[in-house]
Amino acid sequence: MKEKAMQWVFLAAASISILAVALICIFLFANGIPAIQEIGVVQFLTGMKWKPTNNIFGILPMIVGSIYVTAGAIIIGVPLGILCAAFLAHFCPKGIYKIIKPAIELLAGIPSIVYGFFGLVVIVPMMQEIFGGGGKGVLTASILLGIMILPTVIGVSEAAIRAVPETYYEGALALGITHERSVFFTVLPAAKQGIFAGVVLGIGRAIGETMAVIMVAGNQATVPEGLFSGVRTLTANIVMEMGYAADLHREALLGTAVVLFVFILLINLSFSLLKRRDF
Amino acid sequence: MDAINNLTWKEKLKGYQKDPFSALLLCLVILAAIITVGVLISLVIYIIFKGVPNIKPELFAWKYSTENVSMMPAIVNTITITLLSLIFAVPIGIFSAIYLAEYAKRGNRFISIVRLTTETLAGIPSIVFGLFGYLLFNIYFEWGYSLFGGALTLSIMILPLIMRTTEEALLSVSDAYREGSFGLGAGKLRTVFRIVLPSAVPGILSGVILAIGRIVGETAALLYPAGTAPVVPGSVMESGRTLAVHMYALLNEGLYMEQAYATAVVLLVLVIGINALSAFIAKRVGVKE
Repeated sequence: MKEKAMQWVFLAAASISILAVALICIFLFANGIPAIQEIGVVQFLTGMKWKPTNNIFGILPMIVGSIYVTAGAIIIGVPLGILCAAFLAHFCPKGIYKIIKPAIELLAGIPSIVYGFFGLVVIVPMMQEIFGGGGKGVLTASILLGIMILPTVIGVSEAAIRAVPETYYEGALALGITHERSVFFTVLPAAKQGIFAGVVLGIGRAIGETMAVIMVAGNQATVPEGLFSGVRTLTANIVMEMGYAADLHREALLGTAVVLFVFILLINLSFSLLKRRDF
Repeated sequence: MDAINNLTWKEKLKGYQKDPFSALLLCLVILAAIITVGVLISLVIYIIFKGVPNIKPELFAWKYSTENVSMMPAIVNTITITLLSLIFAVPIGIFSAIYLAEYAKRGNRFISIVRLTTETLAGIPSIVFGLFGYLLFNIYFEWGYSLFGGALTLSIMILPLIMRTTEEALLSVSDAYREGSFGLGAGKLRTVFRIVLPSAVPGILSGVILAIGRIVGETAALLYPAGTAPVVPGSVMESGRTLAVHMYALLNEGLYMEQAYATAVVLLVLVIGINALSAFIAKRVGVKE
């Protein structure tokens, strides 16, 4: 009797995560979609102007902004992350591994507001010094996000590299090529699917990041013209204006969240698919 | 045998001279590791060096005022929200994991849905959690800004983390324990609670501590459900800011850079300490196995 009852309790607990995802979808879509319809789907998604005071709501600059900084983060973070994962898996002496691995895990634990602060007081002045101008913009945000996705990319890639059978590596060595070539041309290609999953996860992190980006991106609601012009991401758009927005403006921000959420769901889905085919 | 596999430095160097491309790859790999660790070290050192001189006793005064932006109320709120979130997330997370690891049959459709949704939950950005919490608790339930709403939002956010670490901990418990317990005539429930769960405690604990770290560092998910009132509220149904939100507010106002440095140090040290504790406990498990 007690056995059966507790089994139901466990089952109920396991259903809560399903319930949570369902509730999140329902609340976001129910609150965001009416505004998108009122503004007009095409107008909302492709409008170049975001002027809440004039009731003009086009989020294309923010969509483009999110894509730019995410792409920038990938360009900076992914090569660095994969090289670092290769180092951890095949080049690192055990003693150094014991120090570096926890350090990278620590990098994952640092709060995003602290990253944002670091970006604001270190990277922004550095960019001012090197390139002139305000220092905030696409490049600064990309660098900061590139750093922030490092632990994700490294963690998943390292696991993927380690999952490649040792025989690949040894076979290549036996054919007479060097340790480095063997790692780069047999092991890494064999792990490419797992590494790609790590990159996709990194994209998800980068596009959803809010507090760090808002500090260093400049946040102008226009399509950025270059690497150094200010940029506003979807997430920043929500956080900056949600505090005082009302009526259609508020709903338009929820619509922004819907667009962001759809992006994230697509990224998550592709991550799950990649991971599943891997094993 | 050893002589074949172990090259001396000289031989290695000679090899690299013959094949400079390999040397280049080696350099790249080492450089990447140095950059990664260098970024971490410079971040931590910079914040600690700039921040520690700004830590002053009056920043820990009980009352917040515009002259003295004390972080004490924020620290109290952080503890409150952490405890509240854990009260909800830990039992639910552990029970879910027990179901997944001990009860569910392989290839069960329900299980694959649960896994898919927890993966989805883990990938949702914190700002989306924050908006959801705001829409559900503040607007739909009409609570307004409240610590309680913030804590519930965070408990959903950390649920996947606790489920995953607990499930891993349960699965790592040797089947011999279960069989021994069954052999002595214990039922399934007794086996789970008396035998499997106690042996999995260190793993679960390390997951819970990791979750605490995420709660302490969270900003975006709390901004809208819990608000930014810089006080210790009279009840959990009122607004209050945590340490991370406090830091965001200070930066947003732009007037309190020194205090922001001090808050950053406290936050960073707290989170590093929490993560180190989690790693330490997790490592102890590894030694025992």
